[in-house]
Amino acid sequence: MSSQLATQSSSYNTAFRALLEKTGNAEPSWLRRMREDSFAHFERVGFPSVKEEEWKYTNVAPIAKLQFVPAFANGQPGGNGFGAFVYDEARRSRLVFVNGMLRRELSSVEALPAGVSVIDIGEALAKGPNETSLRESLERAAKSESGFTALNTALFSSGAFVFIPAGVSVAAPIHLQFISESSHGAAAASFPRVLVVAAENSAATIVESYASPGESVYLTNAIVEVRLGAGAHVQHFKVQRESTSAFHVATTDAELGANARYDATTINMGAALSRHTIDVTMDHEGAECWVDGLYMVDANQHTDTHSMIDHRQPHCTSHQLYKGILDGKSRAVFNGKVFVRHGAQLTNAQQTNKNLLLSNEAQVNTKPQLEIFADDVKCAHGAAVGQLEADEIFYLESRGIRPEPARNLLTYGFAEEVIEKIKIDSIRRELDQAVLNRLHTTL
Amino acid sequence: MLEIRNLYASVDGNEILKGINLKVNKGEVHAIMGPNGSGKSTLAKVLAGHPSYEVTRGEVLFEGKNLLELSPDVRAREGVFMAFQYPIEVPGVSNAQFLRLAYNEKQKHLGQEELDPLEFKDLLKEKAKIVEMEASFMTRSVNEGFSGGEKKRNEILQMAVLDPKLSVLDETDSGLDIDALRIVAEGVNKLHDPNKAVILVTHYQRLLNYITPDFVHVLSAGRIVKEGGKELALELEEKGYDWLKNGSVAAGAK
Amino acid sequence: MSTAEILTNREYKYGWVTDIESETIPRGLSEDTVRLISQKKSEPEWMLEFRLKAYRNWLNMQEPRHWPNIAFPEVNYQDIIYYSAPKQRAAKVSLDEVDPELLRTFDKLGIPLSEQKQLAGVAVDAVFDSVSVATTYKEKLKKHGVIFCSFSEAVREYAEIVRKYLGSVVPTNDNFYAALNSAVFSDGSFCFIPKGVRCPMELSTYFRINNSESGQFERTLIVAEEGSHVSYLEGCTAPKFDKNQLHAAVVELVALDDAEIKYSTVQNWYAGDEQGVGGIYNFVTKRGKCAGRNSKISWTQVETGSAITWKYPSCILQGDNSVGEFYSVALTNHAQQADTGTKMIHLGKNTRSTIISKGISAGHANNSYRGLVKIMPKAENARNYTQCDSMLIGSDAGANTFPYIEVMNNSSQVEHEASTSRISEEQLFYLMQRGISQEDAVSLIINGFCKDVFLQLPMEFAVEATRLLGLKLEGAIG
Repeated sequence: MSSQLATQSSSYNTAFRALLEKTGNAEPSWLRRMREDSFAHFERVGFPSVKEEEWKYTNVAPIAKLQFVPAFANGQPGGNGFGAFVYDEARRSRLVFVNGMLRRELSSVEALPAGVSVIDIGEALAKGPNETSLRESLERAAKSESGFTALNTALFSSGAFVFIPAGVSVAAPIHLQFISESSHGAAAASFPRVLVVAAENSAATIVESYASPGESVYLTNAIVEVRLGAGAHVQHFKVQRESTSAFHVATTDAELGANARYDATTINMGAALSRHTIDVTMDHEGAECWVDGLYMVDANQHTDTHSMIDHRQPHCTSHQLYKGILDGKSRAVFNGKVFVRHGAQLTNAQQTNKNLLLSNEAQVNTKPQLEIFADDVKCAHGAAVGQLEADEIFYLESRGIRPEPARNLLTYGFAEEVIEKIKIDSIRRELDQAVLNRLHTTL
Repeated sequence: MLEIRNLYASVDGNEILKGINLKVNKGEVHAIMGPNGSGKSTLAKVLAGHPSYEVTRGEVLFEGKNLLELSPDVRAREGVFMAFQYPIEVPGVSNAQFLRLAYNEKQKHLGQEELDPLEFKDLLKEKAKIVEMEASFMTRSVNEGFSGGEKKRNEILQMAVLDPKLSVLDETDSGLDIDALRIVAEGVNKLHDPNKAVILVTHYQRLLNYITPDFVHVLSAGRIVKEGGKELALELEEKGYDWLKNGSVAAGAK
Repeated sequence: MSTAEILTNREYKYGWVTDIESETIPRGLSEDTVRLISQKKSEPEWMLEFRLKAYRNWLNMQEPRHWPNIAFPEVNYQDIIYYSAPKQRAAKVSLDEVDPELLRTFDKLGIPLSEQKQLAGVAVDAVFDSVSVATTYKEKLKKHGVIFCSFSEAVREYAEIVRKYLGSVVPTNDNFYAALNSAVFSDGSFCFIPKGVRCPMELSTYFRINNSESGQFERTLIVAEEGSHVSYLEGCTAPKFDKNQLHAAVVELVALDDAEIKYSTVQNWYAGDEQGVGGIYNFVTKRGKCAGRNSKISWTQVETGSAITWKYPSCILQGDNSVGEFYSVALTNHAQQADTGTKMIHLGKNTRSTIISKGISAGHANNSYRGLVKIMPKAENARNYTQCDSMLIGSDAGANTFPYIEVMNNSSQVEHEASTSRISEEQLFYLMQRGISQEDAVSLIINGFCKDVFLQLPMEFAVEATRLLGLKLEGAIG
C-alpha cells in the first residue's frame, strides 16, 4: 500500500503545489491553511481500503493507480457537443462547468429573480458577504475522515455557490452541469464543490448533472452541501451519466432546519465506478426528507450508494426508496443507514431498497441498517433482490405481448417509479430514453 | 351504582370535562350524546382510568367505592367495562389466551373458581354465539387483521365473557354496517339485566333505535347541557346539535 | 410503574454457587496449558495436534472488536483458568455414583439426573465447568444406534467419526474465539444419529459454570447421517460473580442427505448486575453444514442472559434443496449488549432459508441483529426470507439492525423486512381495562411479540422460555 500511496501522492502533490501557486494570495488565508491541512490529511490516510466497513464492497484501487491531472492544470476541451446536455427548463438558469471549471460563455442565470445568487464558488469566496457561510461549510467538511473529502478540500478550484434568500421561491430549476472529458492522454480530475443555502421559507429546485461527450477516463470527486433554513423546501435532482470509463465519487450532505423539506432523487447510470454518499441531518423538529434513487448498471460498471439519515430531533420524517437494475457483470452496493438518536421521539423513518438482477453475472450487496435509540418511533426497512414477478409477465403475455418486450416493459416500469419523482419534463424524457436504450427496446 | 360528582378532567393541560354530574342506577341504560369534541369519549376513558387523562376535580363513586383511586385493571375486575371506539391490536396473543387471562384475573379477584383452557373454551363457545362469532376468531391474535365490524363484535364478546356490572360503550356504533350494528346491539340487549347498567356514548341516534335508553344526556363543551328520556335523542336527530349552542343551556344540570 | 421498570426489576434465580472441591490447573495459556489439558483427558496424539494447530493460529489472531456493536474492557487471557473439574470421578459407571452435591446442583436447576427422577423424553448431558458429569439415557439411545455422550468420551470411543468431522464446519482458524476454543476446549456433547434413524427422544446438554475464575470452552458436534432426524436442546446458567467470565463455545452440525437437525438454545447465563458489573461474555461460534441433498438445519435461540452476546448460528446450504432456518429472541436489559444473528450461505440449487429475529431492548441495553444472506453464483433458485423486529422498552435502550445481503445469482430471491415497535400506552390500557395487571400485560405483549419464535421450540423449552421472559417480571410482582 505504501508504494501505491507514493505514486498517488506524487501526482496530486504536484497538482496541489501548482494550485497554491496559481491562487497565490487571491484566496483568504484560512482557506489556504485548510487546504494545507486537508492535503496533509489525505497524504496520511490515502484512499479508503476495503478493510473499512464503509468501503467493504467498493475497491477504489483503480482510482489510486491512475495518474490523474487535476483539471485546472489541464487544457480545456472546447464547447462542441455540449448542447446536448442542456435542459430546456433551465436554459437561462444554469452554470456549466467543464472539467470542474466554470465556463461563463456556456452559462446563464438570467431567469433567476433578484437576490438569488448562483455564482462560482471562487467568486463567492472573494466577495465578502458569503465568506462566513462558506467558511463554516468548508470547515465542517474538513473534519471528515475521508481521503476523498480531504482531497476535494485541498484541490477544488471551482464550483457553485447558490443562495436563495428568505421567503423567495425560485420557479426555474437551477441547473449545475458538470461536463468532463479527458484529452491529450492525461486523465482529467475535477473537484466540484457546491454549497446551496436556502434561507427560511424559501423554495428552489436544484439539478446537478454529470455527463461526458465521450468515453474517456477521468475522475470526478464532488462535494455538494445543501443547507435548508426553517420551512425551506429544496428539490434536488442528481443525474449521474458520466462516461462509462470514468470514476465518480461524490458526497451530498444536507442539513434541514425546522419544518424544512428536502426531496432528493439521484439517478446513477454512468461511470465505471461510482460512489455516492448521501447524508441528511435533521437536527430540528418537523423536518421531512425524501431520499430516493435509481442505479442502473451494465457490463463491468460498479455503483455504490451509502445513505445516512440522521434523526437527531423529535417529529422528523424520512422516506427512502432506492431501486437498482443490474445487467452484465455489473455490481451494485446499497448501504442505507437510518440513525435515530436518543430523544428523537416520534420519528417516522421508512426505507426500501429493491434490486432486479437481469444477468446471472451481476452482483448486488445491500445492507439496510437501522440504529434506533428512542422508543416511540416508527421505523421500518425492507430490501429485496429478485426478478420480475412471473404473474406480471404472464399478464402481459396474455395480452399478446412477447416475453422479451414484456420483460423490458416491466423493467422500465420498475425504474419509472423513481424517475417519475423528477418533476422536470426534459430530464424525465431523457432518462426514460436512456433506460429504454439500456434495455435495447422502444415503447 | 355509579355516581359522578362535579367531575373535571383534562388531557395535556386542556380541560375537557368541566363539571359532570351523573347518577346511574342498577338496571338503567343511559345514553351520552353530543357533538364531536364535547367530551363524551373523555368521560368514558376517565371512568375506565386511561392514564392520559387527569382528573382535576370531583369524584366518582362506583358501588360506594372511590373509583378514581383504583388502577384500570382493578376497576375492570370490580366490574367496570369499556368497549373501545378503536379496539387495540395485540400481535401474537390469541383472543382465547387473552380472554382467559382476563377472566381468571377477575375470578381470582372475586374469590371464584378459575377455568382451565378446556373449560374456558366451552364458556367462550357459548358466549361467542351472542355476537355470532366464528370459533376461528378465538385462535387469531387479538383484533389483528379484524375488520371494523369484527373488532366491535369482539368488544361485545369480551363484555359477555367478563360479565361487568357497568358497561361503558364508547361509540360502539361508529363504522358499523347495518348488520353488524344489529348483531352488536342485540348482544348488548341480551347481556343486560336488572342488576347491571349500561352507558352508551354515541354521536348518532341510530344505535338508540336498537338499544332503548332510559335516560339521554347531552354533552357540550364538557358539561351536560340537556337531559331527558329517549325522545330527546329523536329531537337531536331532527334538529342536530347546533340549536343547543344557542343559549338553551340547561344551566347547572343536576 | 413504567414498563421499563417492570422489566428491569427482575431477579436472576440461578446466581448461587455449588460448594464443591475442584481440581484446577494454574491460570494462563501457553502451549504447555494446551498439552496439559490434552494430557488430563488422555487424548490421542491427533487431538493434541488439532489443539496445538489452533493455538498457534490463535496467537496470530485478533479479537473481533472492530465490527460488532459491542464494547468491553480488555480481556486478560493469561488470567483465566482453562480447566476446572469437580474432584471425584474415577470413570463413573452409573449415574448414582455421581457426587451427590452435583446431583443436588442439577436438581436445583431443574435438571434431575438420577435414574428415578430423570426427565421423560429428554436425554441430558450435564456439563459442570470444564467436564461432563453425567449423561442420561445413554444405553437406551444406544439401542437405536444413537450415540450421545460427552465429547471426551467420544474422542476416546468414537475417534474415527470425531476426527472426520471435527473442524470440518468451523475450521480452527475461523475466528479468534473459535481458535481459542479449538485449543483449550475441555468437554461438551457429541451426538451421532445413524442412517435412517429418527432419534427417539430429545437430546440436551445443560451447561453450568460454577468456578468464578474459569472460563467455559465447550465443544459440541452433531452428525446426522442420511435420512436421520434429531432435536437437540441446550441450556445454561452461571452464578453471580462480580468478575466477567468468558464462555467461548464452538458447535458444529453436519447433516447428510435428507437428514434434519433441530438445535434449540435457551441461554440464561448470568447477565451482570444493573450497573453492568459481572456477567458472562458469551462469544460463541455455531455453524451447521447442510452437506447433503434435501437436508435441513434449524436453529432456534432464546437469548436472555450474558453481559455480552456475540453469536451467529449459521447454515452453509451446500446440498441441493437444503433448508436453513434461524429463529431468535434476544432480550437485553440494564447494561447488556447483544450482537447476534445468523449467516445463511447458499451454495446449492433450490436452497431455502428463513430468518425470524425478535430483539427486545430495555434499560440501557443495546441489542443488534447482524445477519448475512449470501447467494453464491451456482445457487439457482435460492430463496431467503428475513424478518427482523425490534421492540424498545424505555427511552434509553437501543435497537439496531445490520443485515448484509449479497446476491450473485439472478434466479434467486431475497427479501428482508425490519420494523421497530414498542409497548404502547394504549395497548397496556386496553389489556388493563380487561382486568389484566400491568405486569401481566407487559409479559403478554412480549410473549405475543416473540410467538413466531416460541412456536419453533420443543414443548419443554417453550414453557421454559415463556417462563423466562415472565421471570423478568417476577421481581416487580413479588
